[in-house]
Amino acid sequence: MWDYLKLAGLGLVAVLAAIAANYARDLAYQVNAITVMLAAGIAFLWVLRTAGDPKPDLSHEYMDGVVRAGAIATTFWGVIGFLVGVVIAFQLAYPQLNFDWLQGYGNFGRLRPLHTSAVIFAFGGNALIMSSFYIVQRTCATRLWGGSTAWFVFWGWQLIIVLAATGYILGGTQSKEYAEPVWYVDWLITVVWVAFLAIFMGTLFKRKEPHIYVANWFLLSFIVTIAMLHVVNNMAIPVSIFGSTSVQVTAGVQDAMIQWWYGHNAVGFFLTAGFLGMMYYFVPKQAERPVYSYKLSIIHFWALIFLYIWAGPHHLHYTALPDWASTLGMVFSVILWMPSWGGMINGLMTLSGAWDKLRTDPIIRMMVVSIGFYGMSTFEGPMMSIKAVNSLSHYTDWTIGHVHSGALGWNGMITFGALYFLVPRLWNRERLYSLSLVSWHFWLATIGIVLYASSMWVTGIMEGLMWREVDANGFLVNAFADTVAAKFPMYVVRALGGTLYLTGAIIMAWNLWMTVKAQPAKAPVNANNAVPAE
Amino acid sequence: MCAKPIRKEPRQVETTGHEWDGIQEWNNPLPRWWVWVFYATIIWGIGYTIAYPAWPLLKEATPGLLGASTRADVAAEIARVDAANAAIKERLIAADLNAIGADPELANYAQNAGAAVFRTNCVQCHGAGANGFAGKGYPSLIDNDWLWGGTMEDIYLTISHGIRNTTDPDARYSMMPAFGKDGLLEPDQIAQVVEHVLAISGQEHDATLAAAGATVFAENCAACHMEDGSGDRTQGAPRLNDAIWLYGGTREAITETVVNARFGVMPNWNTRLSEDQIRAVAFYVHGKGGGE
Repeated sequence: MWDYLKLAGLGLVAVLAAIAANYARDLAYQVNAITVMLAAGIAFLWVLRTAGDPKPDLSHEYMDGVVRAGAIATTFWGVIGFLVGVVIAFQLAYPQLNFDWLQGYGNFGRLRPLHTSAVIFAFGGNALIMSSFYIVQRTCATRLWGGSTAWFVFWGWQLIIVLAATGYILGGTQSKEYAEPVWYVDWLITVVWVAFLAIFMGTLFKRKEPHIYVANWFLLSFIVTIAMLHVVNNMAIPVSIFGSTSVQVTAGVQDAMIQWWYGHNAVGFFLTAGFLGMMYYFVPKQAERPVYSYKLSIIHFWALIFLYIWAGPHHLHYTALPDWASTLGMVFSVILWMPSWGGMINGLMTLSGAWDKLRTDPIIRMMVVSIGFYGMSTFEGPMMSIKAVNSLSHYTDWTIGHVHSGALGWNGMITFGALYFLVPRLWNRERLYSLSLVSWHFWLATIGIVLYASSMWVTGIMEGLMWREVDANGFLVNAFADTVAAKFPMYVVRALGGTLYLTGAIIMAWNLWMTVKAQPAKAPVNANNAVPAE
Repeated sequence: MCAKPIRKEPRQVETTGHEWDGIQEWNNPLPRWWVWVFYATIIWGIGYTIAYPAWPLLKEATPGLLGASTRADVAAEIARVDAANAAIKERLIAADLNAIGADPELANYAQNAGAAVFRTNCVQCHGAGANGFAGKGYPSLIDNDWLWGGTMEDIYLTISHGIRNTTDPDARYSMMPAFGKDGLLEPDQIAQVVEHVLAISGQEHDATLAAAGATVFAENCAACHMEDGSGDRTQGAPRLNDAIWLYGGTREAITETVVNARFGVMPNWNTRLSEDQIRAVAFYVHGKGGGE
């Protein structure tokens, strides 16, 4: 019965998408509608072929298929996202690479949001969905709630990524940073995200452990807050149901404030709280040590989620935003420093008594560097939110460097660590294909980040100083083009750093692939996959 | 041989007693330094919000004890610079354009002010080095080849009113006919006149066609570009018998110009820049090397 309802629903979606493609007012919409039509068609065929198949009782084993798919997607989108990043880094250094034949599709302006969305939402999002599904099952000792809904979340998220990415290239964008997807993609995100929340909550409700583990607090806060931020920031009225253009409900400085309330908390909850959830599971598991302090985890969790939500206005210092909002954004950002560092302390101190593993285990090394970069960025962030510092750093490459030391260092490295932890377990392999390749990945990525961050510090502070330089009569000394010319060598260094980072990720993809393909399976059953008996 | 250092046992604390998938948690207390720094930032934060505009109330936000305002800061800074420059600005406006250079103090000010104006407003088209973009229609300002004249007065007038814009009735104006598009010349005549232009600019050309083109040129082009192709500044008609080209000097580019004509526009700056700024930037451009 349920299968036939699914078939009817998918068929309806495919037909409606075909009609929408026919009436489309712009190319981005049309291509998106055709994509949806194809996706619904494929899903229809798949349901049709499996309809009525007997469904075995799987409640005694964890639902790891979707986590495996998540690991593949994370690796795939990671490499794609880093690759686009390297391309646009070279386009900035050598503008000739914005070839005439790329204009309107593959020039820097079109590719830049493709890069940010690919790394944050495709790479980071898949990493978070994958980790959430894995962690919540293990720490609740129960199978995921909701049956195949988890697969809906996984494939829905991939569809969103494809719709958003093709849309950007064809000009379908809301022009809101990190919220570029157009209105109908936003609707789809909302549906998928609510399903994600339901699965997570449902699994928590049927947990067999008396308490909820700290990683799950962070993951739950991430899912709930992103839902709220997404809905509020994407309140828009479509110009036509057959077009990708929409008009924001709010305008002017209100819209800017909502956008950066969203934007900053995308950093705070997507890239910080969510990834802290990953850290709180994978670090103690890999180190095989207890978490350092339960008290610290409680205090810094509540302080972090209470304070983060206020910090958005620091993106709008010295703009049309009123002074009072600016002050609050700055003050809460500075107070956020210690709550952020609580996670770093808990992560690093968990290794006390196991520091020798740094010598032998490159995965632990990766996680430690990740936590180190987390600590550095969460100090740098509050510092840059101080108005006097921001007046120099704002709009400069320093901001880009800050974001990347967080994203490449913290988010990237902890995700790599998680993938190296997960893949042998998910595919029931005895060990990784090669630990020395992990070491190669570690060093390439670390050197890449250092090149990236330090070149952006140099060029950011330099251009900030050049912009504000005035002569005795108060006249500007430098033209904007002078600052662009002065930044060139650092742009080359940055692009090389990114290339190293990308190379490391490709090595990881190869290593993980060979782990699955070439390593012997653990005999005889996958104990990692079994839900513990009551 | 060194003795292995005796490691102090970590302070014994218990775990909380829970376990999730093999993970336990120590019940360690909060690090003291962490707590104190956290408290310090909170106390600093409270103090800061008392001192500066911070908490939104029903009608407006608390203004802060220090009465700080970023808008007021900017206004004060601008007023300070304006006041400091007021006297010399007046002198610049009163001065004869050609006398600015003779007064070192005034010349120094006009040079710096003009450079700042140029960097902000002119580099987009004329380039950071003022050398324009050859072939794209943005003239170089550092050579002796002037379209509308290179004296101080000429430059001042061009900046003030612009060229071929629709926003200033006093803008410099002229229009080249689109000889091909509007059917004023036959295609073979265009081919001939292009060869003639290539010839007078000293480039490789077809001598037979060029000879025929001389007549076409004399009948259609010489009125503005002069018999010998030396151009006419009163009409902004470029000199054709040199190697400097606004839209390119290749056979293809010249053909394109003859067929479709060109219509380069420059905005009038008299509504965006003040009198002293226009004078300063005119002085700056004049001093770039090509000034007459």
